[in-house]
Formats: sequence, C-alpha cells, structure tokens
Amino acid sequence: MTADAAFAVQAQVAAAQPQGLARAVGEPILVVENVSLAFGGVKALQDVSFDVREREIRAIIGPNGAGKSSMLNVLNGVYHPQAGTIRLRVGEGWREFHDMDPHEAARLGIARTFQNIALFKGMTVLDNIMTGRNLKMRASFVEQALWLPRARREEYEHRRAVEEIIDFLEIQHIRKTPVGRLPYGLQKRVELARALAAEPRILLLDEPMAGMNLEEKQDMCRFILDVNEQFGTTIVLIEHDMGVVMDISDRVVVLDYGRKIGDGTPEEIRRNQAVIDAYLGVSH
Amino acid sequence: MPEKLDGLDTFPKLLLYHARERGERPAVREKALGIWQTWTWRQYADEVRVLAAGLAAAGFARGDHLAIVGDNRPRLYAAMCAAQCLGGIPVPLYQDAVAAEMAFPIQNAEIAFAVVEDQEQVDKLLEILPRCPTLRRIWYDDPRGMRHYAQRELAPYERLLQEGRAANARDPGFVETEIAKGSGEDTAAMFFTSGTTGNPKGVVLTHRALIDRARVAAEMEGLSDRDVVLAYLPPAWIGQNIFSYAQPFVTGYCICCPESAETVMTDMREIGPTYYFAPPRVLEALLTQVSIRMEDAGRVKRALYEYFMALAQRVGGAILEGRPVGLADRLRYWLGDLLVYGPLRNVLGMSRVRLAYTAGEAIGPDLFKFYRSIGINLKQLYGSTETSVFVCVQPDGAVKPDTVGPPVAGVELKFTPERELLIRSPGLFKEYYKNPQATLEAKDAEGWFHTGDAGYLDADGHLKIIDRVKDVGRLADGTLFAPKYLENKLKFFPYIKEAVCFGHGRDRVCAFVNIDMEAVGNWAEKRNMPYSGYVDLASRDEVYELVRECIERVNADLAAEPELANSQIHRFLILHKELDADDEELTRTRKVRRRFIAEKYAPLVEALYSGRDSVHVEARVRYEDGRTGTISADLKIRDAKTFAPAAAKRAA
Repeated sequence: MTADAAFAVQAQVAAAQPQGLARAVGEPILVVENVSLAFGGVKALQDVSFDVREREIRAIIGPNGAGKSSMLNVLNGVYHPQAGTIRLRVGEGWREFHDMDPHEAARLGIARTFQNIALFKGMTVLDNIMTGRNLKMRASFVEQALWLPRARREEYEHRRAVEEIIDFLEIQHIRKTPVGRLPYGLQKRVELARALAAEPRILLLDEPMAGMNLEEKQDMCRFILDVNEQFGTTIVLIEHDMGVVMDISDRVVVLDYGRKIGDGTPEEIRRNQAVIDAYLGVSH
Repeated sequence: MPEKLDGLDTFPKLLLYHARERGERPAVREKALGIWQTWTWRQYADEVRVLAAGLAAAGFARGDHLAIVGDNRPRLYAAMCAAQCLGGIPVPLYQDAVAAEMAFPIQNAEIAFAVVEDQEQVDKLLEILPRCPTLRRIWYDDPRGMRHYAQRELAPYERLLQEGRAANARDPGFVETEIAKGSGEDTAAMFFTSGTTGNPKGVVLTHRALIDRARVAAEMEGLSDRDVVLAYLPPAWIGQNIFSYAQPFVTGYCICCPESAETVMTDMREIGPTYYFAPPRVLEALLTQVSIRMEDAGRVKRALYEYFMALAQRVGGAILEGRPVGLADRLRYWLGDLLVYGPLRNVLGMSRVRLAYTAGEAIGPDLFKFYRSIGINLKQLYGSTETSVFVCVQPDGAVKPDTVGPPVAGVELKFTPERELLIRSPGLFKEYYKNPQATLEAKDAEGWFHTGDAGYLDADGHLKIIDRVKDVGRLADGTLFAPKYLENKLKFFPYIKEAVCFGHGRDRVCAFVNIDMEAVGNWAEKRNMPYSGYVDLASRDEVYELVRECIERVNADLAAEPELANSQIHRFLILHKELDADDEELTRTRKVRRRFIAEKYAPLVEALYSGRDSVHVEARVRYEDGRTGTISADLKIRDAKTFAPAAAKRAA
C-alpha cells in the first residue's frame, strides 16, 4: 500500500459509492422455503424463507453464529436441510433441490468462493482460474494427453475465456505468479476469477471482503458491481462490513440464531427494530 | 540505417513510405488477452487512413487540435498520425493528470476533439466539460464500463472507424491528397511542459524539427528497422514520444506497448528490447528492487554478488568502452558475466539492449556506473521538449559519467556569464502556443534558446550541467550551493526516495527526506519492526538512524570535494507524506518543485534552522479523485555528523 492509500484510510473516505445501477432485476430464480437445518442439537437454521431475483445482489447478514455460512452451504448442496424446499429456475421450469451435491449445483450454474480462500497455493493464478473451466471441458483424458485437435481447440477456447476474466479483474501482472506468493486481497480476487470462469448464473460469495483494508474493499466492491452489471450474474453474498452491504446490495436478509429476523432493501433493514436490537443489543 | 528520406517531410508521408517499403514488418505490438498482437506497417497505415477520414467526416479540419489522453496504445498513436494527415495537431496529455489539470490545455488550445483510452479518462473530461465549452467530441478506445454513458459527446473508437470507412468509400483519394498538402514547416505536435513553475506552456514543434532530430540521433547510433523498443512511459512526455513515434517513423523499428503499468517488467523480459530509454527514477527503482532481492538471497549468492559487483565497479566500465584491462581482471569479469551480470541483465529484461539512454533529470553517478558496469550501454542524453530532445549525447567509447557528452550534429551551444546554457539547433520549437511573452523570454532574436540550466563545456567539449540556474545558490558565506547535486547523491541510497535540500542564503544546508516505502519496509521486516503504514514507519527512531547514516556518508563524500565541502547536510527531517504530483509537490515527470515545497512547508524549514528537535505539521492532501483532506503529525528533526573538508586538512 502506498502512503497515499494509508492517508486515505485515515481520512474521511467512505466505502465505494456505486452509481445508480441501470440494470433490470428480474423474476425470482432461487426460492428458499421454510428451510431448517440442525447438527445434532444445534439448530443452525430454523424455518428460513426468502427468494433471490435474477440479476440482483442479495446480501445475507447477521451476527456471528447466525447461520449465514450454513445458509450458503445449503444453497450449493454442501449441507442438506432436514426440512423445507429450495427451488431453482432452470429454463422455463423449476428444479427442486433434494439431495443435490455441490457438483450438481455447479452444473446448474451456481459457483462460489470461500471464507478461507480455497485455492491451489502452488499453482499459478492462470492455472487456478483454468480449473474453474473444468466443467466445461469435453475432451477426454486421452485426447488431452495426446494433444489431439479437439483438446487443442478446447484449450485455446478456455484460455481465451480465462484471459478475458484476467483482463476484467485486472490481474494481468500476476498471471504466472504462484497463488501462495500473493497478498491476501489479491488471492480473494483470484478466487472470484475462478468462480467466474465457470460462467455461473448465480455466484455465492462467502465474506468476499473479510480481512481486507479499505482500498482492497473498494476494489472488491467495484469488481462485484462490475460482474453483476457486465455479465448479469445474480450474486448472493455474506458480509460483515455493514457499510459495504448497505452500499452494494439490492436486498438484504438478516439472520439471528438461525432465524430470519429481517428482509428488505438496505433502507428498510436500517430502520428494522429487530435488526437494530440484534446488532446493537437491547436492554432487558 | 535510415534510408533516403528526401521529400518525406511529415510523419504521415513517412508512414506511407514504410507501408510501401516494409509493409509486412512489425510496426506496433500490443499484448491483448495475454498474447502479443502485431500491426505491420501496412496495417498501421490502413488504420491511420481510415481514422483520418473519420476525423475529417466529424469536422476535424487543418490546424485543429486533437487531445490524446491515455497510456501507450497503438490506436492512440494511430490517432496522432491521423490528425497529422489532415494537417491537424495532436496534443498528448498526461494520462495520470487529475481532471483539473486537463482543463488548462483544452481551454488554451480550444480543443474540440479528443481520443482517449478508457472510462477513467472519459470521466475526467466529462467532469471538466462545463469549463471547456469547445470540447465537442470524445472517442474512447476501451468500451469497458461505458455501456450506460449517454452523453452525446461520446462515441466509441469503433464508430470513428466505421465513419472513416464509409467516408473512404465515398472519396477514396481524400486522405492521400490531404497528406500531400502537408509540409515540414507545419506544426506536428504540441506538448504541454509540466514546468516546475506556473501554468503549463504548449510547446509547438514542427515536423521538420522532430524528424531532423530523430534522424540525426538514429544515424549517430546506427538504429535500424531491426530494433525494438518498449513504450512504457507517458506518451505525453516528449521523451516517450520521440522513442515511440518520431524515431520509429524515421527508422521503421517496432514499438511494443505493455499490457498495463504493473506488467512492464514481465513484458520487458518477454520482448527483450534492443533500444531502451529510462529516466533516472526508473533506473533507481529497478536497482532498489535488485538490492531488496539480494538482501533476501542466501549467503553464498550474496557473497558472489558482492564480490562480482565490486569487480564490475572497478573494471566493468572500462571493458564496456574497450579500454585496456589486465588479463586476470578480464577473465574474472568473464566469469562474473556468466554468474552474475548476465543473469542480472536477464532479470532486468536488458539482455538484448544495445543502446540505452537516460535523461529527463541528472542521474546519480553511482547509479549510472552500476548499469554500465554490468555491461549495459547506458548513456546520458541532454535535451528538453523545446529542443526535440537531442542536444547532447554521450558517444560510445567516451562516456564521462559527470557530463552529458558533446553536442549532436547540428547543435550550437554557448553560455551567458551566469553560466546559463543557450542552444541553437534545427530541432528547436517554433513557439509557446498563444504565449508570445514566454516565447520571447525563452528564444531570443538570434534564435538562441535559453535553457535555464547552468553548466559549462569541459576540456573535451563535453557538456556538464550543474543545476537549474535559478536553483543554484550560495550559502551565507558565499560558497556554491547546488541542491540537486546533493539530492541526487542522497537518492542513490535505496532507502531514500526523494530529498529536498535547503541552503541558499543560509549558513548551512538542511534537508527533507522521503523514505522509500518498499526498501525501508523490507528493512523493517527483517528487524521484526512492526509498523502500520508510511507515517508510522517514517517517524521511527530506527529509521531516522538509518537515514542519518546515509546522510553522513554523503557528507563524507562532500568533504572530499573542495567546492562543495560546505554543503554538507547538518540537519534533516523525514516528511510525514510522500511528495506527490497530485499535491503539486512534484511535476508529472517527478521533479521536485523546490519553491512550492519551501513555501508549503515553510514552518518545517524554519524549524530545521531554529534548532528545535521536533515540529508539528498539518497538511492538506489531495486524493486521486480530486478530493482533499488534512493530516497532522509531529515530525522529529535530527542532526547529522559533518566532516572537516579534506582539502583544508591537507593544507593544514
């Protein structure tokens, strides 16, 4: 970080300010109804319902242990809820999740990033993002090993897609750098790049800005907004930084002890008494 | 060698010539999506023809100015040439300038048309649009993020091309006819000098001046169409423009545009330029990086590096110049080249560099020697925007580090009694745009350009520049005080990024210092010293101690130079912020604006001379987006040891 950036942090600079987003938020594409999830006696989620509309940025917030990450894990098939349904719009119809595994979720166009970065540390940025194309590769192992025409064509095509993402997220300078040598903020960006490489319809971001400094947060906000605007990707994100959430999301779900206590636009959430109590504490 | 170019008196004519003579040779390369893409000279000429037709269709006429804002991009260079085809004048502006700084040139030249790189530049122009009523059309190269911009001034570069194609189809001979109308006496381009004082001035240069200088220098150095250059400095700077526009147009060599500012090092290694140009600050930054990496290296490597660098210091320069060196040293140097210098040149991306120039500012002698000692033919060059760069160049085989070499062919030099350098050359500028007063002050009736630099010719006829005339001062006891000379000595230490020395009319010299965040940060990490940021690091006692050692080594050096022994630095402080062009403390080419700094930080200067050991400071800072804020800090002031003058000692 340059000294100027350090001063920027000290001074009055607020989080990124998005301009009016001229994009059309569509009909719901993901609907969560009365979902409950328990680990033994611990009730992680209780009777949670909400929906996600096409092309919107939907935030899930809540204090520690509120069940945010569990919710995200349910959405991409890592956990299977004991009760309730989750429906995803596929083409004209709806597809209901039963025992969906993460692999299937990925095939249906749901990609995600992780709270604790889950990249291949010894591989280069380029190779890491390339792994995001995995599901799109058709050539067989033998074709790839022998570098047959189809494998070659595919490789070029995927490389092009990856390069476009590299360009989009402005990480050209670290293309060939092993991920383990990068600072944290850049690793987060690489993880976003890998998720984007799958060309997802829905992108799940688990605390994309945790542990970042203000400058890195602003960059990340800009990239999330850009992804949403440029590719029309629907984004569901978990975030602790309230400033960020209020600035970039269209609608917010608030969880507390596994229950939904609020749902609405950032403005509505700000005025919601239950949310204020949960966050600021309330005298009894 | 440049071929017969008689009659080719403008850049567009040269472009058509290369498209005919070497149509399939590369002219411009740019890395897009990770792969180098090439424009041949023929493609370059085709693009320019279409663009010129498009500009004409949009109403761009002979004598109009075209603002060009952006990094080194093939399309922006094509736009420069397209304007020239129509007898128009491209005005490249610094891409990192804040919006307010762009208003003056646009108002001054009543610019109506602009071709810019991306959204960032568009935003800046839109911001100043209300103050620049003449600006009618803005074309942007990169459409990213531009989807929701509805301003009627805006259009993508592609649209300009489409309109150009349509216009060319209607009237195929139009552009060629326009090109033929041009003459060498036409204005080729206008560069706004950053200037260390006052408003910028538009320097008007003709085709003849630029082509003459570019050609004379290319002939002298034997440049050919096999050379390759990496274009990585701001195109609004005359230096970059000469190397990536004027000289390739004269010799037909290829320029390469890096992917982004961060990838320059990688791109440099991939391209392997043969002809390289860097201002001292870039060379300094490279050396700092090397030093940092060597500090991190294992013991054996470090010992090897130290041994062979000491050897290089001793004999490297002589070997490069072909002067006699003992056989044992030659063998050792050969071994060093195998183990250290070769790999080092490779890391720097300079393995193929045949000719490297540095200019823009005086270079520290040690820094200069470092590059030459590892076998890179780095030479100093003296010139300015007003002289189309080439005034003096160090000749191969006779490089004297403390001079900038003898004048190039066609240049006459003379000096005023105040030691100010005057120049007469075919490369001189025509005038300062709409500023006859300034033109008159800078260029007298006999055509001598007053440089404002103080210097003299040494016994071999090499030019030695001391400092700016207005900056050369005297200490209270009347001895010479050349601040830049001291500052350059300080800046050679990797830990010191910038320094400003005071002393004119005072009894002793004191200094402001900016630490180099990267180098000092690394140094602190090694010592397990936690710090939160620049301000914190800059105020550490350990860091003050580190800087004090550097200053004392400079003082020891100065003590050995009779004329400058009194300029030893007695007291110093480390500034709480980095000097920045956005705060007007540096010019866009990163020269310190001494007077401005002295005024802005007057209380600090007073504190240095008052004997206090700390001072409180509050300062306004300007962020990149143009907003301002204040910061405050308590700065420490420390003394540095000075040494008795060596000459005096010897005399005693």
